[in-house]
Amino acid sequence: MFRHPRYLFITLALALYVTGCAAGNAHIAAEIPPMHTVSEFSDDESVSHTRDPWESFNKGVYKFNYEVDRFFFLPVVNGYETITPGFVQSGISNFFANIREVRTLYNSILQAKGKQSLVTLGRFLTNSTLGIGGLFDLATSFGWQQQQEDFDRTLETWGVGTGPYLVLPILGPSTVRNASGLVVDGAVRWAMVSSIDPFGGTGASSEIEAGATALEAVDLRHREKFRYYESDYPFEYYMVRYISSERRELKTIR
Amino acid sequence: MNLAERVIRCLCFLLIVPALAMAAEGNNDNYGYLIGESYAATILGTPQNLRPDTHGEVPVKSMVLETATERPEIFFYDHGLRYTVAFQDRKAPLIFLIAGTGGGSKSPKILSLMRNLYHAGFHVIALPSPTFPNFIIDASTSHVPGNLSEDAADLYRVMERIWDQSKRRIEVSDFSLAGYSLGGTEAAFIAKLDEERKVFGFRKVLMINPAVSLYNSVSRIEGLLESIPGGPRKLGAFFNRVITKISDFYRNGAFVGIDDDFLFAAYQSQLLNRDEAGGVIAVSFRISSAGMIFVSDVMTNGGYVVPRNKVLKNSDSLEDYFWTSMHLSFLDYFNEYFVPYFQSRQPGLSREELIEAQSLKSIEDYLASSSKIGVITNEDDFILAPGEIDYLRRIFGSRIKIYPRGGHLGNLEYRDNMAFLIDRLRSVTW
Repeated sequence: MFRHPRYLFITLALALYVTGCAAGNAHIAAEIPPMHTVSEFSDDESVSHTRDPWESFNKGVYKFNYEVDRFFFLPVVNGYETITPGFVQSGISNFFANIREVRTLYNSILQAKGKQSLVTLGRFLTNSTLGIGGLFDLATSFGWQQQQEDFDRTLETWGVGTGPYLVLPILGPSTVRNASGLVVDGAVRWAMVSSIDPFGGTGASSEIEAGATALEAVDLRHREKFRYYESDYPFEYYMVRYISSERRELKTIR
Repeated sequence: MNLAERVIRCLCFLLIVPALAMAAEGNNDNYGYLIGESYAATILGTPQNLRPDTHGEVPVKSMVLETATERPEIFFYDHGLRYTVAFQDRKAPLIFLIAGTGGGSKSPKILSLMRNLYHAGFHVIALPSPTFPNFIIDASTSHVPGNLSEDAADLYRVMERIWDQSKRRIEVSDFSLAGYSLGGTEAAFIAKLDEERKVFGFRKVLMINPAVSLYNSVSRIEGLLESIPGGPRKLGAFFNRVITKISDFYRNGAFVGIDDDFLFAAYQSQLLNRDEAGGVIAVSFRISSAGMIFVSDVMTNGGYVVPRNKVLKNSDSLEDYFWTSMHLSFLDYFNEYFVPYFQSRQPGLSREELIEAQSLKSIEDYLASSSKIGVITNEDDFILAPGEIDYLRRIFGSRIKIYPRGGHLGNLEYRDNMAFLIDRLRSVTW
């Protein structure tokens, strides 16, 4: 896991950060029970069905993600949006989306979705060739809508439950099953890139790959409009948890 | 976009009200906004193709006004009052906008007004509602929102400071002010305050779908929950039923995603009846008020839903407080928290006196005589109690525009409404 000392450092920093949040001020005055408590309203049906046994850890990571956004990602994304013309940005988005078609393709096949597999294959071939290596998304204009599949959904069709809610560092709201899916999809991608070794002839292939990964991360953050705590709503964590599980359910019911 | 609003929009919007909507097609007036059912109009708003064409970039910027507030640890993400601006690069009139209940300075209605007013040639500065958590924490002197004259004074102070920061960057010919819903009511109180303080000397003040009496309007919105099965105490069950309806509808149709096609189809299929539509409006109001109640309680150490003297940490679960606050009505807040707070500051003050003070009636002499203030509202705005629309007519006379339908703010973004609003703001007289 720790191929590189940098990852070890990030993990340690995160661990310290999350646990460090637990140290608080000593209470100065005794607590007095409030006028209203939750027990008065226990006869209503609960709205959230998300299992969140690691809530306090998750909230620590949620806060961590906010700080990473604030001090790192958002300034980088702002810079990227300022210096890069709009058509370049959409070219970059299309390029990485085209690479992700591969993920959708093998997961569609694993889920035995024939038509979707064909559409995705058609999209990938069209955009890779006519779309100049994926820079242009011509397939959508031919009426082939982009499909989204990942190993999380494959696990779902295989009958694996979502597992508890989990907020991942950088990546945000997730579940245990989704996190496992990410690991599998990541491993497949890594295996493919290593076997094809597209930059093998350059003599700097790992540097180029690292650069591409960084650019993909910036592109993903650039396209995600969500900003941690922007709602100023004190219960945002629960809202986000609810919406992300509803969204997941809406995606998987069909 | 503000997340609470995004949720409300996503959820509400999915919730699509019936084609009662189309009922207005039978009307023989010339008003082109066709959603004739007030709850449907309120939830659906104005369809994209009936909004004004505003092409071109608007230089919308988020700004932060630093404040000296001491913030409890759980509000670590709050770094000052957030407001939003769009400035012209030449001399222009400036307009302040004030959001409605629970709204921030980037709520969808604010952004829409901002875009249209910017295109009409105004500098625009948008402020959150005094009921918005960020305002309660950073800009409210008492941290107890809902007192119109105090909230207006807080808003006024914020406006002065923002103007102080902005005046080096822009050239301004004169000042106007507009607010919608609760923000409209607040605009009237700010206008009155400005007559004494004279910092801005507003040329025009526009109240859009304002409440006449805060207490009446809140009672009417809360009253919508009485029609859901089991009443307000069962709003969780109600919410789940509505979400299930939407999911089922989505599952059974061939939709690509939650997009306009989906919304339109759901809307046409009469997914929700009128009581359910009313319930959805009231639940989204409760979502806002839950945040307001909790934040105010933490800021005042009021012991209302959070134990007094409890120091909340980020790792603490707030879920029980969320559930409790959602189940308290705005009227509970008023009777059990707001009234005692102001009575403790001013012994002898009665509940009735406080209710009366939170009404336009407390400043009606000023409103009746001030030619700069106008009202735009709808005949079927359900936040107005019976008789209140006639009251507005009587006080404002020719300075009121009442559309035949639109519910509460449903027609705000309709092309004709926006054109009229801009025309009134530009013109010299009403």
